[in-house]
Amino acid sequence: MKKGVLTITDLSKSFDGLSVVKNFNLVISQGEFVTLLGPSGCGKTTLLRLIAGFDKPDSGTIMLDDKDIGCTPPEKRQVNTVFQSYALFPHMTVFDNIAFGLKITKTKKSELLSRVQNVLKQTQLESLAHRFPSQLSGGQQQRVAMARAVVNRPRVLLLDEPLSALDARLRQEMQIELKKLQRNLNITTILVTHEQDEALSLSDRIVVMNQGAIAQIGTPREIYEEPKNLYVARFIGEINQLPARVEEVNNSGNLTINVLGKNITIAKEIDCAKGDRVHLLLRPEDLRISGDIDEAMPRFSGSIIDRRYRGATLDTTIRLDTHDITLQACEFFDEDDPDFDYSIGEKVEVSWVPGWEVLLKDET
Amino acid sequence: MKPFRIIYLAIVFLYLYIPLAVMVANSFNVNKYGMRWDGFTLQWFSAMLQNHSLMEATRNSLLVAISSATVATVLGGLGATCIYLYRFRGRKVMQVTLLTIMMIPDIILAIGLLVLFVITGVSLGFWSLLLAHVTFCLPFVTVTVLARLQGFDPNLIDAAKDLGASESQTTRHIVIPLLKPALLASWLLSFTLSLDDVIVSSFVTGPSFDVLPLKLFSMVKVGVKPEVNALSTLFVGISVVLILICHYLTKENKR
Repeated sequence: MKKGVLTITDLSKSFDGLSVVKNFNLVISQGEFVTLLGPSGCGKTTLLRLIAGFDKPDSGTIMLDDKDIGCTPPEKRQVNTVFQSYALFPHMTVFDNIAFGLKITKTKKSELLSRVQNVLKQTQLESLAHRFPSQLSGGQQQRVAMARAVVNRPRVLLLDEPLSALDARLRQEMQIELKKLQRNLNITTILVTHEQDEALSLSDRIVVMNQGAIAQIGTPREIYEEPKNLYVARFIGEINQLPARVEEVNNSGNLTINVLGKNITIAKEIDCAKGDRVHLLLRPEDLRISGDIDEAMPRFSGSIIDRRYRGATLDTTIRLDTHDITLQACEFFDEDDPDFDYSIGEKVEVSWVPGWEVLLKDET
Repeated sequence: MKPFRIIYLAIVFLYLYIPLAVMVANSFNVNKYGMRWDGFTLQWFSAMLQNHSLMEATRNSLLVAISSATVATVLGGLGATCIYLYRFRGRKVMQVTLLTIMMIPDIILAIGLLVLFVITGVSLGFWSLLLAHVTFCLPFVTVTVLARLQGFDPNLIDAAKDLGASESQTTRHIVIPLLKPALLASWLLSFTLSLDDVIVSSFVTGPSFDVLPLKLFSMVKVGVKPEVNALSTLFVGISVVLILICHYLTKENKR
């Protein structure tokens, strides 16, 4: 097993009696890209500031390579931050901004030059080295902020919503660049974001946070495909949620559940008893409409109330005839029927791909 | 449109600078009373240099202005940084009281200071003037520096620390360079405020320590002497040079 670079144990922090981070535990290994994901106010930025040293924890420890840094001031931690606002020094050139950390630590001139040059090259900033931050575009400033942090070779790189100030297209580009840089330098990285697609595409692991506590930790695939609770399921991606009841628990680990009046037997290992209320969760792309439905699956009739052509997919909104439930479906165009489409009001039957459903116990 | 624009501009400039121009012209005018141009001369400048009491008042004034501007800039700069960086009890009170000093009429401040100096036994002269001038310059410095600080990205100081800079390194490499234009502007503002203050100075200075505005005030009671014009012209020249230096320094900084 890889050794943890950063080990956070029972970390808590509150401001004015309001608990912001609660008993937080996390181990991050060398080279890992971990994302703290959650809505604003979930404590993710506070957690980052605790790791960087700008705030002091109320209790718990933060270990960096077997050394407790909980009370070490930020300037003595081998951790560097890329701020949301970039916080570039306006009175210094790009070169001086990047060299700042090395100058402070009195790095030898020749080494300083070669390291800064190297980072400038990696971030494609060579031609801008003598510009001032005010003369750069948003994307360029973002690169300078990255370069200024990584040039110090931190043990852990902290990114506080680094792409949120960029427009959508540039953000996509920078995501790719960011990941490439992180992979090349093999820097252990913690990203804070509320953008789920950023988290899914960049991370090795995602920590979904809810009110200062961990809602779920897992790989992007686990988080998306096997959410452990309704909070995570709703926060990541779109999801359809159907109420269901357990009819029978079989010995083989199968369950028979009743969904909107129809029984179906599925293989799911959740801890439940006969009569329990459960939620059946289906991603839009799990749904199948009319012709594509597997023979073993129950069918629900409804009508199309909206259709949206998205280029690669056709998204539809379906209202079921009974139970006043609307479902979001997302179908890919395929070679068999590249021109399929629906008209609004069209009667259809809906079901899903067997085995792709997620079952969660009702938490209320 | 173009001639109109030029005329308009000319009127604005005339309105602003005719009084100064008359004075500057008279300082080179042979005619002692300045009612008409009788030819060019530099005699008033040499007369000015030979007027010992006038020269002494000028020296005193410059000394007070330079010292009080320096003290006020240092104290005000520290005060503003303190108000900006730290959250302490009495922070709001400090901000409001500074503004109050800025707003109250000079005469009231002057009476207050005089009473204070008499009670505490501070002898009226250089030190009482210095204390008084620092008092009324301080709020202007604080407000100027604070405005500049509030214009910064609040993460700049955290960023410097994050990159390994200690408190003193952050101050030296980040805070002071960024505050330089504001500190310079504050110093010049304080210098000017101190140099042309009449009301407060007239209350808190003693007979042995004459300052320029008071000296001029007493000299012009019996008509404007040409050496006063000469001295004023000199000051206009110094002001222009200072403004040019200031402009150059802040431009360098922005680039």
